[in-house]
Amino acid sequence: MALDKPYADVPGTTIFDADMARRGYHLNQFCMSLMKAPNRERFKGDQRGYLDEWQMTEEQKQAVLARDYNRMISLGGNIYFLAKIFSTDGQSFEQAAASMTGLTREAYRSMMLGGGRSPKGNRYKGEKTDG
Amino acid sequence: MARITAGVATSHVPAIGAAIDNGLTETDYWKPVFAGYDFSKEWIRNNQPDVVILVYNDHASAFGMNMVPTFAIGCADEFAPADEGWGPRPVPKIKGCPELAWHIMQSVIQSDFDLTVINEMAVDHGLTVPLSLLFGQPQAWPCRVIPFAVNVVVYPPPSGQRCYQLGKAIRRAVDSFDEDLNVQIWGTGGMSHQLQGPRAGLINKEFDNAFLDRLVGDAEALAKIPHLDYVREAGSEGIELVMWLIMRGALNAKVRGLHRFYHVPASNTAVGHMVLENVD
Repeated sequence: MALDKPYADVPGTTIFDADMARRGYHLNQFCMSLMKAPNRERFKGDQRGYLDEWQMTEEQKQAVLARDYNRMISLGGNIYFLAKIFSTDGQSFEQAAASMTGLTREAYRSMMLGGGRSPKGNRYKGEKTDG
Repeated sequence: MARITAGVATSHVPAIGAAIDNGLTETDYWKPVFAGYDFSKEWIRNNQPDVVILVYNDHASAFGMNMVPTFAIGCADEFAPADEGWGPRPVPKIKGCPELAWHIMQSVIQSDFDLTVINEMAVDHGLTVPLSLLFGQPQAWPCRVIPFAVNVVVYPPPSGQRCYQLGKAIRRAVDSFDEDLNVQIWGTGGMSHQLQGPRAGLINKEFDNAFLDRLVGDAEALAKIPHLDYVREAGSEGIELVMWLIMRGALNAKVRGLHRFYHVPASNTAVGHMVLENVD
């Protein structure tokens, strides 16, 4: 029997559940390897070559090379692990979050200073968003 | 006898640690965040704990996907700040309290909460940012700390109800420890925030403020909020708030709120903070 996933109707959100954790295992462990400075250097020196050392799918590797965080998440990446990639790139959580929302960093920051994205219209898929 | 005298709840946003470490606490952006902790810094100077049981979550620092303990207690003498990818925070090492930690381990497992024992563990911003917020930048932390790590990264985290009951079990364990120790318990993380996907940046002030209200006087019912409500209302990372319920469960049924602070934003997150004191 399939797992109950009552969170599936929350818009713009991927819950890092059992299925995603299994799917993203090697992607996330690659991310963990970037906690060590020598690995960061090797990755920066030859990204493709470094990724090929991991049992990741081609799709996952392409998503990393494109720094497409939404795509990485859809392929099992978890944001706390993916943070190792954008930290390696010298980016902040704020910049990475902005990139996932399709906003510029300035527009995202200004949304946050204005009180953040409202839950109104953002609770269920198919709601009209005003955020 | 050891006794739990007070509880502290606080967010543990990494950017707050970076602001402290880089001397940015007086900037327009950060000043209002740190002002919210002035009371608490003064309060803790006058109510110095011997030991803090610090409930937090690791953010893929000590635990990768190689192991994901739901509840883990740090039983070692010492814990080093983690290198989270840009070098460890320049903060003192954390001195543990093995005698109380091991005592809690044995007592709590006998109360049906199956903790994982950790003896070698680096501690990340989830643990060190709350210490910096309350104690500033000392040469050495002024008390011993028992790291208590909760999985909120891989779904599902433990339920709010489970966390609240665990807090009660920790309380019984501390109450049965013979040494005369002033113990505080801190619950960290939250409040509303979402760091991932197109809905990143979600903040829910109504939810957060209701949570702060109910933490004082309606905790039994608050603990029954299901995961889904946190995700939908407070963002995918807002689910960290279950850790506050461990802290609350370890306090008396009746508490007094000594301080309450709420601010948006710190980076992507709503900052919430409370100091709670037991009322007999």
